[in-house]
Order: sequence, then structure tokens, then C-alpha cells
Amino acid sequence: MSGFIRHIITIIAAITFPVAVLTANDGQEPVADTATSSEAGQENAVETAPDVDIKSMLFGHIGDSYQWHITKIGQTDIVIPLPVIVHSSTGWHCFMSSKLEEGPYKGLYCAEGGKYDGKIVEKDASGNEIRPLDISITKNVAGLMINSLIVVLLILGCSRWYRKHDVLKEAPTGLAAVLEPVITFINDDVIKAVIPEHQSRKYAPYLLTAFFFILVNNLMGIIPVFPGGANTTGNIAVTLVLALITFLAVNLFANRHYWKDIFWPDVPWWLKVPVPLIPMTELLGIFTKPFALMIRLFANIMAGHAIILSFVSIVFLTVKLGPAINGTMSFITVFFGIFMDLLEILVAFIQAYVFTMLSAVFIGLAHEGEDTVNESPAITEGNPMTEENGKNTENQK
Amino acid sequence: MSLLMPDTGLLFWMLVIFVTVLAILAKWGFPVITSMVDKRKKYIDESLQLAKKADEKMSALLKEQARIIGEAREEQNKILKEAAEARNNIIRQAQEQARDEAAKIIAEAKVQIEADKESAISQIRSQVALLSVNVAEKVIRKTLATDKEQKELIETMVKESLKIDPDTIKN
Repeated sequence: MSGFIRHIITIIAAITFPVAVLTANDGQEPVADTATSSEAGQENAVETAPDVDIKSMLFGHIGDSYQWHITKIGQTDIVIPLPVIVHSSTGWHCFMSSKLEEGPYKGLYCAEGGKYDGKIVEKDASGNEIRPLDISITKNVAGLMINSLIVVLLILGCSRWYRKHDVLKEAPTGLAAVLEPVITFINDDVIKAVIPEHQSRKYAPYLLTAFFFILVNNLMGIIPVFPGGANTTGNIAVTLVLALITFLAVNLFANRHYWKDIFWPDVPWWLKVPVPLIPMTELLGIFTKPFALMIRLFANIMAGHAIILSFVSIVFLTVKLGPAINGTMSFITVFFGIFMDLLEILVAFIQAYVFTMLSAVFIGLAHEGEDTVNESPAITEGNPMTEENGKNTENQK
Repeated sequence: MSLLMPDTGLLFWMLVIFVTVLAILAKWGFPVITSMVDKRKKYIDESLQLAKKADEKMSALLKEQARIIGEAREEQNKILKEAAEARNNIIRQAQEQARDEAAKIIAEAKVQIEADKESAISQIRSQVALLSVNVAEKVIRKTLATDKEQKELIETMVKESLKIDPDTIKN
């Protein structure tokens, strides 16, 4: 009974201070009681096997899975089963992931090792493993849904305040007071700063959505237990979609000036004809810009998770070296763990900001010179006038 | 390198989820907030401008007030000056008038005195003539008894006396 209460306390503490709990707990009892916290579930290998499989632990946390593993109490895993939706050779199948634990289900099973490690596969006629069309609600999809719900509730809660109150008579309170400075900061200092006024109104909802979506996903990723802990923005599929939408937003509505700069830039002619050297690089740039966005966000968040997990695993790696070294290393690990967690909170904001800012800059580049386009008729009208004036002055001479 | 291979299922769901979130927030979320914030910003800007205008008007009013006070003070000074001048004029005129009057009275008095003097002189003269006639009578009574020399003397004397004062004789 007391053990159960301790587990609960540990879990609660883990929500607020994940790494510290893990390591501190372990520092006191180096080998025995590691299976308490969320991360520790994977670390249970310590008890049975002498070597800790850090790599699989790391990839297990960073990667995706068909169920949401929360913790392991004693010998029982606490998992949230998630729905599996696949279209195999036998048609559409929809079932809970818990069914796979008992063995193959309708010819579908989780591959172990090989090309599709950890994914649901089936065997074709020749006995090779093939992947069916898989649109399961995996851990990351569930995480995305939860985080999106949080974003939507936050922003709609904020906009609700503005619907219900007269902004000219009241200062924002509650949620609106928290979010308004952030929204105005992004809207005024990032979006309006780089996109012409009449266009920024069109793009602001996307850029603001991207910012809050990335920010919330980043922050939720740092929280180690359900409903956080899904490595969403550290997954390349997620950042790929975000970068793809930025790519479309930039190129679908770009103006003539933008395309002219790509295919006929202002460089010496021999750089354009007969070998279109600069146009080729510019054309490549269209794709490298969103590609860099995708990789930047993915790599930063993924690396952050990997570093924190690596620090945590130091504790388990040093168990073999005796209590003295293990204790010292645990203390250092706690220190660095706290440091890294705080750093990741900072990175969560910075990466959301950078993604939004760069997207805004790229969109701004696609609408460069539009303010001057509106003014250009006035300029062309102005030129003959000045010429005439010049002639007049000459005549007078 | 499964980390770098985007999973189809996740890609699909991410697209669905993000587009849904974007649609919801673009419709009911951010435009409401940003437009309201813009509205308030505009209102604050306008209020500031109004305050500035009111300030300008106020200072203009103060200037106008100062100008009016100055004008009033000038007017007051002018009136006071005019009043002083008018007083001085009146006094001077009165003095002049008095002087003229006095001069006239003096002149009249002088004429009167002259006339009086003249009449007094003529009276004295006639008296003197009478006296001399009387004296002459007395002298003549004693000598008239003689001869004709005396008659001649009388004639000359009469002539002389006639010459001396024809006026007395006329009288």
C-alpha cells in the first residue's frame, strides 16, 4: 500500500519536475526502485539485464508508437491503447492497438527489426513483410490532437473575451490578458514588420496559428507524462506539413517581381545566358528555404529531447560503477537535467518564433515591392513632367 | 534512419489536424483578436490626437485671453489719458475765459475812467474860464472908465479869449 502511494507521489512529482524525480529517486536506491517514473519504464532493463539499451530507449521516446506508454508499475505496463486504422490486402481494419499484444490480428502484426521495425506489417504471398496503408491514431497523432485542442481552446477562449467585452472600455483580463501581448508581439513585430500592410492581414491567421501550434507542441513535448511527452514537433512528418504550408503560402500568391527575381535576376547577363546559373540556384532556393525550416524545427526539438534523455540515462549507466560514483553522477545529472529542461523551454519559444519569423520573411519576399507597384503609375506620370520642365528651362536659356 | 523518413499516416493526420486548427482559428480566433486590438489602437491614437488638439485649442484660448486683457488695459490707459487731457483742457479754457473776462472788465473800467477824466477836465476848464471871466470882469470894471485905449484892450482880450477856447465859448 505504501509503495502504491509512493508511486502516485512520484508520478505527481514527475509531472512537475521530471528529470529530478527520476534521478533523485535513483540516487538513493541505485538499482531497485527505478521503475517508478515515466521514463523509468524503459529503464527496467537495469533489473534484468546488466547492459542498458540506451539507443532503443532513446528512439523509443523520440519515435512514434501505436500505444501511449505511461509507466510501468511492478511488472504491469500502464498504457493507453490507441486505435489502429490500416488498409491491408484484406481491406480496411480498425481496432485497438492492445489487440496486437496477443499476437497477429487478422494477419497484421508489429514488425521486430528489419526495414519496418516497430511498424504494423503483413506478409504478402511470398512471405515478405509489406506495410499496408497505415493511418493509425498513433501516439504522435493523439498528441497532436490533444495539443491542437489546447491551442484552439486557448485562442477561442481569448477571442471569446473580445466578443463579450468592449475593448474601448475594458482592459483585457484573464486569458486574453496573457495571450494578447504575445499575439500583438507576433502580429506587429514579426508579421507586419516584413509583409506589406494589405497582405499581412491575409497571412496573419496562418502565421499566428503556426506560432501557437509549434509553441504548444514544443512545450507539451517537454512534459514527460500523458498528455504531454509526445515528440510531435521533433517528428519530421509534422515539420514537413508545416514547411509545406509555408511553401504553398509563399509560392501560390507570389507576385511578378518575385518570379522575375528568380528567373531573370539583376546579375550580369553571362550568369543567366546561355547557362542559367543564377536562375537555377534561385529555383533551388524555392525548395531549400522551406526544407531548412522543416529540418531546423525537427532537429532542434529532437536534439533537445535526445540530450535530456541522454542525461537521464547517465544515471543508469553509472549504476555499475558503484554507489559513490553513481550518487555523484546522479547529482550532476539532476543539475544538468534542470538546466536542459529550462533551456528546452527557451528553445520551445525560440523555435516557434524563428519558424514564424522566417515564414513571414519568405512571404514578405514574395510580395516585395508591392507598395511601390501601387505608386509606380504616379512615378511614370511624374517623369514626363520633369522632362518637360527640363525642356522649358533649356528653352528659357 | 526512420527518424528522417516521414510516416505516411502521421503526415496525413498532421495535415488534417493542422488545416482544421488553421480553419477554426482563422475563422473565429485570430481575426477577432487582431481586429479588436487594432480597433483599440486606433481609438487610443485618435484619443491622443484629440487630446493634442484640445491642448492646442486651450493654449490658443489662453493666448486670446491674454490678448484681450492687454487690449482692455490699453483701452483703460487711453481713456484715463483722454480724461486727464479733457480735464486739463477744461481748466485751461476756464482760465482763459476768466482772463478774457477780466481783461474786458478792466478795459471797460479804463474807458469809463477816461471818460470820467475827460468830463472832469472839461468841467474844470469851464470853471477856470468862468473864474477868469469873473476875474477879468473885476479887473475891467476898474479901468473901463478911461478912453478908447482901454476899449481896444478889451477887444483884443475878447479875441484872445475866444482863441483860447472856442469850446468854452460855444458852451
